[in-house]
Amino acid sequence: MRRLILLLPLVIFLGVAVLLYRGLFLDPSELPSALIDKPFPAFSLPAVEGDGLVTQQNLQGKPSLVNVWATWCVACKVEHPVLNKLAAMGVTIHGVNYKDDNAAAQKWLSEFHDPYQLNISDPKGTLGLDLGVYGAPETFFVDPKGIIRHKFVGVIDEAIWREQLAPLYQQMVDEAGQ
Amino acid sequence: MRRLLTGLVLLLALGGVAQAAIDTYEFASEAERARYRQLTEELRCPKCQNQNIADSDAPIAMDLRAEIYRMLEAGQSNAQIIDYLVARYGDFVLYKPPVSGRTLLLWYGPAAFLAGGFVLLGVIVLRRRKVGAEASTGLSSDEQQRLAQLLEQAPEDNKAP
Repeated sequence: MRRLILLLPLVIFLGVAVLLYRGLFLDPSELPSALIDKPFPAFSLPAVEGDGLVTQQNLQGKPSLVNVWATWCVACKVEHPVLNKLAAMGVTIHGVNYKDDNAAAQKWLSEFHDPYQLNISDPKGTLGLDLGVYGAPETFFVDPKGIIRHKFVGVIDEAIWREQLAPLYQQMVDEAGQ
Repeated sequence: MRRLLTGLVLLLALGGVAQAAIDTYEFASEAERARYRQLTEELRCPKCQNQNIADSDAPIAMDLRAEIYRMLEAGQSNAQIIDYLVARYGDFVLYKPPVSGRTLLLWYGPAAFLAGGFVLLGVIVLRRRKVGAEASTGLSSDEQQRLAQLLEQAPEDNKAP
């Protein structure tokens, strides 16, 4: 019994050490989204190109990615070719053009190719606020019922897609097929 | 020259007191201004890790300040405004996280450690006292008798060196 009590400080030290060691590999800029498993927020916004309003109901029916982007966002430019590839692979991607100039957005889409099926214009960032966006690019995984299943903050590159995100997308597709 | 320098230093010092981010919002009353101040200082900017939204110059902090101002003007309560932001950005925006299963350790951990320390201290003190009363010298009763004998003899021995 006495021996065990003598070991107590070591046990406490090891506990704290494990906790802090784990902390070294956590990314503090990664916020857990408050919207996971909640419905996509209601909105009614114009499209980037053409007339007509887009609402949250237009996102339903198919599993999709909703990508928040802007022309002022440097990282979005890095991500754009990857989105083009994903779109070519048949992944449904919608865009939210966040706090941007519509003319600049149209120019970007015609210059760099448009991977988006629906492209929502959110010049004042109201939808962005409802989505809890704090830095573009952000990508939301929305299932056919319009529920947000996952959120990824930052640039999606091919490795991240292959290792982390493709399985999540596949899961949504599988669920939709059932 | 000296006076000028003093004035300059004072001016700089005062400049530091002013809020880092300056917006031009007009409030209907002082109470509302105070509430705006309190809210923006209590809420954390989602983009910038450890700055409240009053101090941050990040665009998102500007948006959130505008949103808080709008909600204040619309007559919403502090709790409503905080709930609105938590629903979008999660508990991260709160500098004062709510007491819940996940934050129990955070809220009561230090007090529990302190209480544990006092308990440990008490146990050690009590145990020492008990041991001390029983056998402060560590001698058995036979040995103590012999010690007493030796002490009685000692003065005589001293006389004959």
